[in-house]
Amino acid sequence: MNAPAYNFAYLDEQTKRMIRRAILKAIAIPGYQVPFASREMPMPYGWGTGGVQVTAAILGPQDVLKVIDQGSDDTTNAISIRKFFAKTASVATTTATEDATVIQTRHRIPETPLHENQVLVYQVPIPEPLRFLEPRETETRRMHALAEYGLMHVKLYEDIARFGHIATAYAYPVKVNARYVMDPSPTPKFDNPKMDNCPALQLFGAGREKRIYAIPPYTQVVSLDFEDHPFEPYRFNAPCALCAAENSYLDEIVTDDKGGRMFVCSDTDYCEGRQAAGHRGSLSAAPYKEKAGSHG
Amino acid sequence: MTTIAELPPGFADKVLSAQSTFRSVMDAMARPGSVQRIVRTSGAPHIMMRGTAAIALTLFDHDTPLWLDARMSESTDVAKWLKFHTGAPVVQDSSIAGFALISDGGALPSLERFALGTSEYPDRSTTLILQVESLDSGRSFELRGPGIDGVATLQASIRPFDLFERLRVNETLFPRGTDVVLVAEDAVVAIPRTTRVVNKGS
Repeated sequence: MNAPAYNFAYLDEQTKRMIRRAILKAIAIPGYQVPFASREMPMPYGWGTGGVQVTAAILGPQDVLKVIDQGSDDTTNAISIRKFFAKTASVATTTATEDATVIQTRHRIPETPLHENQVLVYQVPIPEPLRFLEPRETETRRMHALAEYGLMHVKLYEDIARFGHIATAYAYPVKVNARYVMDPSPTPKFDNPKMDNCPALQLFGAGREKRIYAIPPYTQVVSLDFEDHPFEPYRFNAPCALCAAENSYLDEIVTDDKGGRMFVCSDTDYCEGRQAAGHRGSLSAAPYKEKAGSHG
Repeated sequence: MTTIAELPPGFADKVLSAQSTFRSVMDAMARPGSVQRIVRTSGAPHIMMRGTAAIALTLFDHDTPLWLDARMSESTDVAKWLKFHTGAPVVQDSSIAGFALISDGGALPSLERFALGTSEYPDRSTTLILQVESLDSGRSFELRGPGIDGVATLQASIRPFDLFERLRVNETLFPRGTDVVLVAEDAVVAIPRTTRVVNKGS
């Protein structure tokens, strides 16, 4: 007996229909959070159950799937989700951003620009950007209905009053298609500009909070700011220690207990691609140093 | 009287056909004005186009009240086929329908007769599935809005002729509104509520 233990892509068909209908409405109303009947998944909340359900509902046998966690293809969360779909949907997987048709992500947008034949699926912990300002769902829903977003500007203003600049560094609120204020999920604000006018479709799934939302391709996405305190993406002022990239988002890695640290690209595929193309950083290992040694 | 055994069949492969059909509809919704093809088709009762039948099998179930226009509801085959393959309840009151199937666009009721959603829950609105004559020839329409890189041009023969004038109410209603999926045989074009259309004439 070789009967498959699960339906294609794990979810049953009725669940997929329900999620698919929610996705269509989410695309039709950019930035609006569509409630959906989120299911229990074979992984705990917080591990991307929302993103996994969205991916499962759209994925087909011809798709090529890439999964990243904080930019990395090689962390536990990314590997387990990639294996999950390789097993339940037999889809091809890749780590190369360009080759993927569906990219599920936790907390990053790839550095390589996305193209029209791609769907970016975000794992979202807290979909409601106003939640920490107003805990009642009835009230936040009313605020979205009335486009009453003054409170969010007050929050950003309080940052300025306290720190002299907008200190929000991730999950930086955006306004989609000049209407809904949306949480871009806990991506660094460095990534916010990539959401604007993006050729790829962007879908967001929050499993525990049971919400799906979307940004259609070529849609205006503006990070909230003030005339005298314009939005500024943040990046450590250093090149990547492995590939010398000056324009990628960097992770800070502590290397010893004496204050040693290195900065490397958070996007592993981008960094590896640059290294393969011959770019070398100050701490590049292997070929570069061996070569240097053999000549010296 | 048709028996169930005589009904046109559904998808040969329910799972993968529904997935393929959904992706076409999703791409259509994400890129308004672009013509997407329904690749995997099923049997369809007379009156219902192949694309409409595939969309029904992909998106309808017991959770989606359906409203059928007069021509669709006159055909007992359509109601039976939908009931057998999708289980979706057919309702008389269009204002509570999740989807509306329209084969005779000329007799399309006024859009306010359908659910437009509420300000708090604009997603609780009827999606119109409107069968049209052609999505590759006819009058030219210029489309703008989310999902469109600048301007998209759609050539289509659509009834009602004033569909896009009627849909202009979406501009003032937003975020409430009507989303429309146009079907011509296996071709699908979506006009979500964010799309603004200028009639360029013939």
